[in-house]
Amino acid sequence: MSSSRSSFSKRKLAAAGCALALATMAAACSSGGGSSTGNAAATGGSSSDTGTVTVAVVSNPLITGQMIPLTESVFEKDNPGITVKFATYTEGDLRAAIEKDVSTHSNSFNVIMIGPYETPLFAKDGWLDNLSTQYISGDPSYDASDLLPAVAKSLSYKGDLYAVPFYGESSMLYYNKSLLSAAGITMPLHPTWTQVAAAAAKLNQPGKQAGICLRGLAGWGDNMASLDTVINTYGGEWYNTSWQAQLTSPADEAAVNFYVNLIKADGESGASNDSFNQLLTLYGQGKCAMWYDSTVAATSLATTYPSIFAQTGYAFAPVDKTTSSGWLWSWSLGIPQGVSDQGAAWKFVSWATSKQYDSLVASKYGWSAVPPGSRTSLYQNPSYQKAASAFANITLQSIDGTDPTHPTVNPVPYVGVQYVDIPQFENLGLEVGQQIAGAIAGTESVSTALQNSQGYASAYTPSELSG
Amino acid sequence: MAVLEDVTSPPATGLRPRGVSQREKWQRRLPLLPALIYVIVVTQVPFIVTLYYSFQNYFWNQPGGATWAGVSNYKEVFTDPNFRAALWRSVTMTALAVIFAMALGIALAVLLDKKFIGRGVVRTLIITPFLVMPAAAALIWAGPMLDPNFGLLNYLLEPFGVNHVAWLTTHAYGSVIVVMVWQWTPFMTLIVLAGLQGQAQDALEAARVDGANAWAIFRELTLPHLRPYIELGILLGSIYLVNVFDQVRLMTNGGPGTSTTTLPFYIYQKVNYAFDIGGSAAAGVVTVVLTIIVASFALRLFARVFQFEEAQ
Repeated sequence: MSSSRSSFSKRKLAAAGCALALATMAAACSSGGGSSTGNAAATGGSSSDTGTVTVAVVSNPLITGQMIPLTESVFEKDNPGITVKFATYTEGDLRAAIEKDVSTHSNSFNVIMIGPYETPLFAKDGWLDNLSTQYISGDPSYDASDLLPAVAKSLSYKGDLYAVPFYGESSMLYYNKSLLSAAGITMPLHPTWTQVAAAAAKLNQPGKQAGICLRGLAGWGDNMASLDTVINTYGGEWYNTSWQAQLTSPADEAAVNFYVNLIKADGESGASNDSFNQLLTLYGQGKCAMWYDSTVAATSLATTYPSIFAQTGYAFAPVDKTTSSGWLWSWSLGIPQGVSDQGAAWKFVSWATSKQYDSLVASKYGWSAVPPGSRTSLYQNPSYQKAASAFANITLQSIDGTDPTHPTVNPVPYVGVQYVDIPQFENLGLEVGQQIAGAIAGTESVSTALQNSQGYASAYTPSELSG
Repeated sequence: MAVLEDVTSPPATGLRPRGVSQREKWQRRLPLLPALIYVIVVTQVPFIVTLYYSFQNYFWNQPGGATWAGVSNYKEVFTDPNFRAALWRSVTMTALAVIFAMALGIALAVLLDKKFIGRGVVRTLIITPFLVMPAAAALIWAGPMLDPNFGLLNYLLEPFGVNHVAWLTTHAYGSVIVVMVWQWTPFMTLIVLAGLQGQAQDALEAARVDGANAWAIFRELTLPHLRPYIELGILLGSIYLVNVFDQVRLMTNGGPGTSTTTLPFYIYQKVNYAFDIGGSAAAGVVTVVLTIIVASFALRLFARVFQFEEAQ
C-alpha cells in the first residue's frame, strides 16, 4: 500500500521535474536572442493627419499625471481620426526601448521622448525627422522662436530642431525653511557646496530626517547627473582635450570624495537605490531638510505635497570653483525617420509642446502644475508668474545659466553638462554610476571605484571617442 | 533535450508493447510533432540567431548595423572581470539559497507531517510564497518590507535598537538571498513532505519499540529515506534559481555597484544599457554552454534518483 503510493507520487514529481527542466532550458537557450518585441507598426502610410500614434514616454509625474489623461480626454476628442497609444517606461528602460526601436528601424513608436543627449546623436545618424524643415516651417502657429533658447539649442543639430521640449529642467537646491530657521541657518541664494555640507551636518537627525537628500542610484541620468555637476564645479572633467580619461585626477577625486562622504555622513539611508522619484517622495514627506535635484520637482511638490511646498525655499545649484553649476535637460518629443502616420505624429507632438497645452493644464490642474522650462511665453504669463512665483524665476535663470558646450573649468572636447555626448557614454555612464553607487553603499572605497571607472573610461581609444 | 529524453524513457519502456511497426511508431509521434516544432521554433531558432550575433560587432546605438567580428566578443567575455564575478556570484547565490531553503524546507515538512488541528490551513499558508509571482514578491520585499524609511522590518526592529537599516544597500546580497529562500522554501517543503508521507510507518514503529529516540529515528531512518527527495529538490531548485532575475532586477538592479549582478542580469544589462548585441550574445552562448555542462551532470543525478526508485 505505502509503496504504491510512494511510486505514484514520485512519478508525478518526475513529470513536474521534466516540465521545469524544459522550461528552464528554453529560457537559457533563448537568452540574449535579438528578437524585438513591441507593438506592430501602425497601419497605413498616408500623409494625412489621421492614424495611430504610439508614443514612448518616461514615467515621470508630469507625463503620467497630466499628458496621458489629457491626451485621452482632450486631444483624441479634438482629433477623432487619431488614436494615441502610450508606452511608459522608467528612464533606463525608456532609453533601451527607444534605442532598440529606432536603430533597428522597427518603427513601433511614431513619437519618442528623448533629451539633449540623444537628439544630436540620433540626428547625426539620420534616425530623426528634421522638425524645423519638415513641420515647423509650415506651421507658424507653433511659434518655435518662443522655445527657451538654451533648451532649443540643446535639441538642435546643425541649426535645426530634431526634437521639441515637453518640459525643461536645470538643477537646484530645495530646503525646508522652517527646519533651517530652527537650526539657525540662512541659506544664501547662491550657496557653495562647503556651506551646504556644513548646513547638512547641522540638520541631519539620523532616523528622523536626512540633512540632505542626494541621488545614489546607478545610472548616468541618475546619480551621475548630480555628481557630474559637482565634478564640473570642482574643476574636474570626464576627458581632457586629447580624450584622455580624467576620473582619477585630483579634482575628480576631490569631488567624488566630497559627494560620497556627504551622502554617507548626512544623506538619506539607502541612497544607492534613490533617484528623482524616490527622493521626491522622501522630500515631500518631510524626511529631507535639503534636496539637490531637478528644478522640475518644484512643479510636482506644488501639486502633490502642498504643505511641504509652502515651507520650501530655493537656491541655485551649489558651486565650488565655478559661478553656476546647474545641469540642463529636457524631456522632449521627436519623430523617428520613416515611421507611418507622420502627420498625425506631428499633430500630437505640436499639441503636447504648444502654448495651448500649457493653458489646458492650467485650466485643469492650476497654473503651478504647468510643465516648466520649455517656453518663454510661460514665464511672461502673469498668471503663471503669480502661481509659481516661488520657483519660476530661479528655474528660468538656472536653465539660462547653463552652457553645455563649456560645462567645465578646463576646456573639454565634449558637449554636455551632466553627460558626455558620445554613443559610448550610455554604457560608460552606467558602469561608472555603478562604481559610485558601490562607493555610496560602502561596498568599495572611493579610490577603488574611481580606479575601476578610469579603467572603463580608458577602454576606448581617442579616435573611437571623437567619432 | 536529447539528454532529457534519455532520462524519461526508461519508465515508459515498460509500458510500451514490444514489436511496433515503423508506421505505428510514427502514428504515435505525430500528435507530438506540433509541440516539438513549437519548441524548436521558440528555443533553437533564437539560439542559432544568438550564435550568429555572437560573432558580430553590433551596437544598437551606433549606425551601420552588424559587421563580422570573429571571436573578439568571446575574448572580451573571458577577459571581463565583471563576467567572472557575475558567474561566481550566480553560483554562490544559488548554492546559498538552495541550501537554506532546503534546510528550512525539511524542518517545515517534518512539522507539517505531524497531525494537528488546522493542518490544512497551515499547509496552504506555508505554500503561499511559492504561488506569488516572483516580480510581485520582489516589489513587496523591496518596498513595504525592506525600505529603510517606511519598511515594515525596520519598524518591527526599532524597539530592539535597530534603526533605519538600508537593507538593500548595506546587505543587498543577503537580502536577495533571503527573498529567494522565502520563495523557494515552500517548494522544498512540498517535495520533502511527499517523501515523508511515503515513509513506511512499520519501520518507524519497530525502531520506536527497539527504544530509539526521535532524533535517532530521524537521522538513521527518515533522512536516508528522504535522500532522493532532497537531491531532487536541490536539483530543481538550482536549475531554477541560477536563472533568478526578477528579484535582482526589481530589488537592487544588480547593485549597489555590481554586488548583486548575476549572470542573467549581466547579460540583460549588456543588451539594455550598453546596447552591445554581439557581446551579450557571446555572454549568452558561454552561459548556455556552461549550463549544459552543469545540467548534464545534474541530470545524471536526476536519472540516478529514479533508478533508485526502480530498485525499490
